[in-house]
Amino acid sequence: MTHAAASDTHASHEGQAHPIRLYLTCWGFLFVLSAASYMVDYAQLQGALRWSLILIFMVLKAGLIVAVFMHMAWERLALVYAILLPPLAALVFMGIMLAESDYTLQSRATYLSGDPELAVAREGGHE
Amino acid sequence: MTDATAHRSPPRPNGLEGVAADWASDQRAFKTASWGKAMMWIFLLSDTFVFAIFLISYMSARSSTEVEWPNASEVFALHVGQTELPLLLIAIMTFVLISSSGTMAMAVNFAYARNRRRTAQLMFATAALGALFVGMQAFEWTKLISEGVRPWGNPWGAEQFGATFFMITGFHGTHVSFGVLFLLIVANKVRKGEFDSGRRTWLCREKGDYEAVEIMGLYWHFVDLVWVFIFAFFYLW
Repeated sequence: MTHAAASDTHASHEGQAHPIRLYLTCWGFLFVLSAASYMVDYAQLQGALRWSLILIFMVLKAGLIVAVFMHMAWERLALVYAILLPPLAALVFMGIMLAESDYTLQSRATYLSGDPELAVAREGGHE
Repeated sequence: MTDATAHRSPPRPNGLEGVAADWASDQRAFKTASWGKAMMWIFLLSDTFVFAIFLISYMSARSSTEVEWPNASEVFALHVGQTELPLLLIAIMTFVLISSSGTMAMAVNFAYARNRRRTAQLMFATAALGALFVGMQAFEWTKLISEGVRPWGNPWGAEQFGATFFMITGFHGTHVSFGVLFLLIVANKVRKGEFDSGRRTWLCREKGDYEAVEIMGLYWHFVDLVWVFIFAFFYLW
């Protein structure tokens, strides 16, 4: 095993020393964002406003953790792409399963509810 | 194109030793990430898929059931005096885990500054906050089980609620527990000065090589990251 690779890496990740204030600021933002997403529930917001706020706060928090705490912002693109792109496949899978569960729900409503007319009524649209 | 390394390539061992030697050799795609760090990232990527699939199955169960899904806001409410506060325990758990991420990030910072004492202190603080989180989760599980939540049913609605709850939070809690264990191990090594001894170990390549602390931190932040998604989708949605 060669040692050259290890030591040149070592030299470069000495650069991962960032001012402590950066971490404290990030921490502060995470606190505020968590409090904000808790307030969404506390204030009993409903509908599109609730879902969009939950998602926005979630993405911001996840982004801060990955970029600052996990140092992704300072890594080379080769690593960033290798790690951050594959999870997009999970989003595609999510879309497929959303369509599938909609179909399952329709089948349940149609064949298992015991009331054919109700089943037809639900066929139109449900949430 | 000339192969710059060809003239000094060492003899290649065969068998299992060869596997290890080939994987550990000088062919690197990630120029700024060492093998340890790259492997931790790849492990975390695979773990991302595990949790993504849990959350997707939860989504499928929830959106395909005709029965009303239990209202998490009420299920996880806590009585303080006369008032009922929705999701209080979960909110506290969220803040505890975020704080542990904060102390971990600072531990990494002090590690690269080779401040042994501070690094160990902050890592022990991280482990303590992690243990506190697991403790609160145990409390939450106990509360829900005593209220009649089971993997096959619950008093409030869709039967799948219990199964997804125990599966997702249980798997996450297991991650936190193992994280605490490894934090204690690495923190203790830092405290004893193993990373400054100049002795080559599986965590340390040379004197003053504190990268193991950053790799440990990657795992810990990931656990926090997963909680962000669980909090949003399971508790708030």
